[in-house]
Amino acid sequence: MAYTEEELKKELETKEYEYGFYTDIESDTFPKGLDENIVRAISKKKEEPEWMTEWRLESFRIWKKMEEPEWANINYKKPEFQDISYYSAPNKKPKYESLDEVDPELLDTFKRLGIPIEEQKKLAGVAVDIVMDSVSVATTFKKTLAERGIIFCSMAEAIREHPELVKKYIGSVVPQKDNFYAALNSAVFSDGSFCYIPKGVRCPMELSTYFRINQAGTGQFERTLVIADEGSYVSYLEGCTAPSRDENQLHAAVVELIALDDAEIKYSTVQNWFPGNKEGKGGVFNFVTKRGICEKNAKISWTQVETGSAITWKYPSCILKGDNSIGEFYSIAVTNNYQQADTGTKMIHLGKNTRSTIISKGISAGRSQNSYRGLVQVHSRASNARNFSQCDSLLMGNQCGAHTFPYIEVKNKTAQIEHEATTSKIGEDQIFYCNQRGIDTEKAIALIVNGFSKEVLNKLPMEFAVEAQKLLEISLEGSVG
Amino acid sequence: MDLKEKLVSSFLAFENTIDVDHPVHDIRSEAIKTFEDKGFPGRKEEAWKYTSLKQLQKTNFSIFPKEAEALEYRDVKKYFLHEIDTYKIVFIDGIYSSYLSETTHDGVDICLLSAALTKPMYKPVVDVYFNKSAAKDDSLTSLNTAFSKEGAYIYIPKHKAPIKPVEILHFSSGSESAIMLQPRNLIIVEENAELQVIERHQSLTENEVLTNSVTEIFAGANAIIDYYKVQNDMPGASLIDNTYIDQKGKSHVSVHTFAFGGKLTRNNLNFYQNGEYVDSTLKGVTILDEKQHVDHHTLVHHRQPNSESHQDYKGIFNDRATGVFNGKIIVDEIAQKTNAFQQNNNVLISDRATVNSKPQLEIFADDVKCSHGCTIGQLDREALFYLQTRGIPEKEAAALLMYAFANNVLESVRIPELKKRINKLIAGKLEVRLGFDL
Repeated sequence: MAYTEEELKKELETKEYEYGFYTDIESDTFPKGLDENIVRAISKKKEEPEWMTEWRLESFRIWKKMEEPEWANINYKKPEFQDISYYSAPNKKPKYESLDEVDPELLDTFKRLGIPIEEQKKLAGVAVDIVMDSVSVATTFKKTLAERGIIFCSMAEAIREHPELVKKYIGSVVPQKDNFYAALNSAVFSDGSFCYIPKGVRCPMELSTYFRINQAGTGQFERTLVIADEGSYVSYLEGCTAPSRDENQLHAAVVELIALDDAEIKYSTVQNWFPGNKEGKGGVFNFVTKRGICEKNAKISWTQVETGSAITWKYPSCILKGDNSIGEFYSIAVTNNYQQADTGTKMIHLGKNTRSTIISKGISAGRSQNSYRGLVQVHSRASNARNFSQCDSLLMGNQCGAHTFPYIEVKNKTAQIEHEATTSKIGEDQIFYCNQRGIDTEKAIALIVNGFSKEVLNKLPMEFAVEAQKLLEISLEGSVG
Repeated sequence: MDLKEKLVSSFLAFENTIDVDHPVHDIRSEAIKTFEDKGFPGRKEEAWKYTSLKQLQKTNFSIFPKEAEALEYRDVKKYFLHEIDTYKIVFIDGIYSSYLSETTHDGVDICLLSAALTKPMYKPVVDVYFNKSAAKDDSLTSLNTAFSKEGAYIYIPKHKAPIKPVEILHFSSGSESAIMLQPRNLIIVEENAELQVIERHQSLTENEVLTNSVTEIFAGANAIIDYYKVQNDMPGASLIDNTYIDQKGKSHVSVHTFAFGGKLTRNNLNFYQNGEYVDSTLKGVTILDEKQHVDHHTLVHHRQPNSESHQDYKGIFNDRATGVFNGKIIVDEIAQKTNAFQQNNNVLISDRATVNSKPQLEIFADDVKCSHGCTIGQLDREALFYLQTRGIPEKEAAALLMYAFANNVLESVRIPELKKRINKLIAGKLEVRLGFDL
């Protein structure tokens, strides 16, 4: 179905009206463009101490000298960096008065994902009652956390309350000069989450941005810092399965994980940002730098389910610095219509007896392009390093593409590296078998895709896994037959 | 003056030695422009990430060798597959040696590219094939095209097969302290025809040699080609080998690369499948020690449905050797029912050896079976122990296991004498004597 320009224009116009972006909201937005004054102003707005302002300025100076990278296997129109407003206060005013005003398509998706009505309101930006269940839940949770000495707050709060921790660890895993988008983020990051687990503490619940009810709307340059002190454990959830319509086109987040000796961090992401419409117009650019460092006997495990964004460009990585440390990466990336994803991981083996596992499942449908790009590097001192990588791609339809770019660099003879990749499609016989048992084709495909992704879905926390499974079904709807 | 400037400026001198009115001259002029624009590839380029040509560019290579001294057959006999009768096309320092060669025009043409490029009777064929499958935008291939003058020319017409294999040998005599050679081969095998080729580059002294070779191979429908590359050169010799293979329907082409030595070896092996039911086989054994560097860069481009490709590369790396494998499979949207397999296994036997492997898949068709596997590991301790309990010394036991490891690749060598020869080379490389042939 081809859109005429007229129709598209109309649609875009109505869309803007429909959601009322920027209208009728008391905005506290900076003028467009980026220079040192803007960086200073952001820092001032956040009431940051002098060292933080300097740190931001230094990042900005580094960023100015850098060039936008072009090596990824994606095509897009580069964002105009001087045409973005770098600060917009979270709007407190709800977008809608009741659920009836919300896009019915969105509501339908909520319903199918099984999200409770109150949460639906919250997610869609509808005004909610103060005594909403999850708020009280959140408060109880916060109390429990505080009892154990766990710090879980926004980045801005952490800079004010715990400057010594932030100062010590920020930029220690992803330095300012790491890459173009990390430098940009370091200069202008709006807010984000900060988490510190003290020595030997096992965090009693899944930490999630979901429950930080009052801190929503952290903006497009999110900065997350998770520190697990010696012998501690934390499981952190980011994002949610509900489709989120975001007005910011460019997202450049930085996530840093620090697992000290014997600590373990489990970081799970579900990302379902607006992928653009069926013709590939609009959609979010998701350029994220995620990296964790493992000290002795530590373990970092990344799990991600990527179904949204027009362009996803991210490589959650592990630096296995300490001896006996473990890195894991489990990923499902689904692309449909005109989506493009270039995602994977880096496992840098520095310590002895380090182990890493990579399981990546790519599913492409429609006219999308899905790439796996990974690096397994074993340095000469990393004796007995062990890696197992598996990346499987599933193609649906003949207009999509699946690409694999694994890099394996080994400088130690005791290393054992295995890598395997396959590309296949859903077999006609498999579908036929399901049909024969009375399962219609759409259901059959969902069943097969879930089987294909099972190894990764299993790694997600229970309640997330159920939603993620449904999300996969919805993302691939209408891509076959 | 660096090597690039030297090459570009000597192109003018080169033009004096050739016929500038010849149609091929336009191709040459075009190519030198491409090279001038692009220069030597640097490590910032993705395809050259793991192989640096920097060192080579600093060497003062002589580009136009003087007339080489004649070599005695008995001195170089060991480099020929002398156990069997073969056609031979031999070059010494890039210049054809009629004394050592054995060519033919009896039904098939096995002769020289210089003849094919200048004699009118070959013009119809040269017009159709010369520089048609070689990449126009690749700087090193363009450099070779610009200076293309001499090399092997093989033309096998429909339904023919030469009675014996063809050997192509490039000797460098060491008469210059450093020499750069740019041989160019053109091989055309028409419908239902067959050909076996053994190619070898051999330096006879420790002097530096840089060979930038381009081979174009065209396989017609149902054609069968076996191509063997033996690379066991002196420590001063570097080789950049660019091979382009164009396959028509139902043709079978296999290329075996045995990389056992040389200072730096880069094999750019490109297969383009332009027909249905095509079979491409790429196999390689790499055994390196000291500071040797071998980079296998393969491309299989599936452009038509129902075809297959098989890649199997094994590597054993000792001392400070570096091995690179970069295999790329592209399956076009139309190439449904493609089966593409790629395997790369490596064994590191020294702490200072390095392996960089990058098996790559780019797939645009949905009804395909594609897989790649890559492993890096070491010899199985238990297997080693078992052999030792049976009275086999550790060194021999390790060699036996490595033999077994490389044997998959050798299995498909169809010239028995060549297989024996390769086995001997492997044994020599592993410094063992086994009382049997595998």
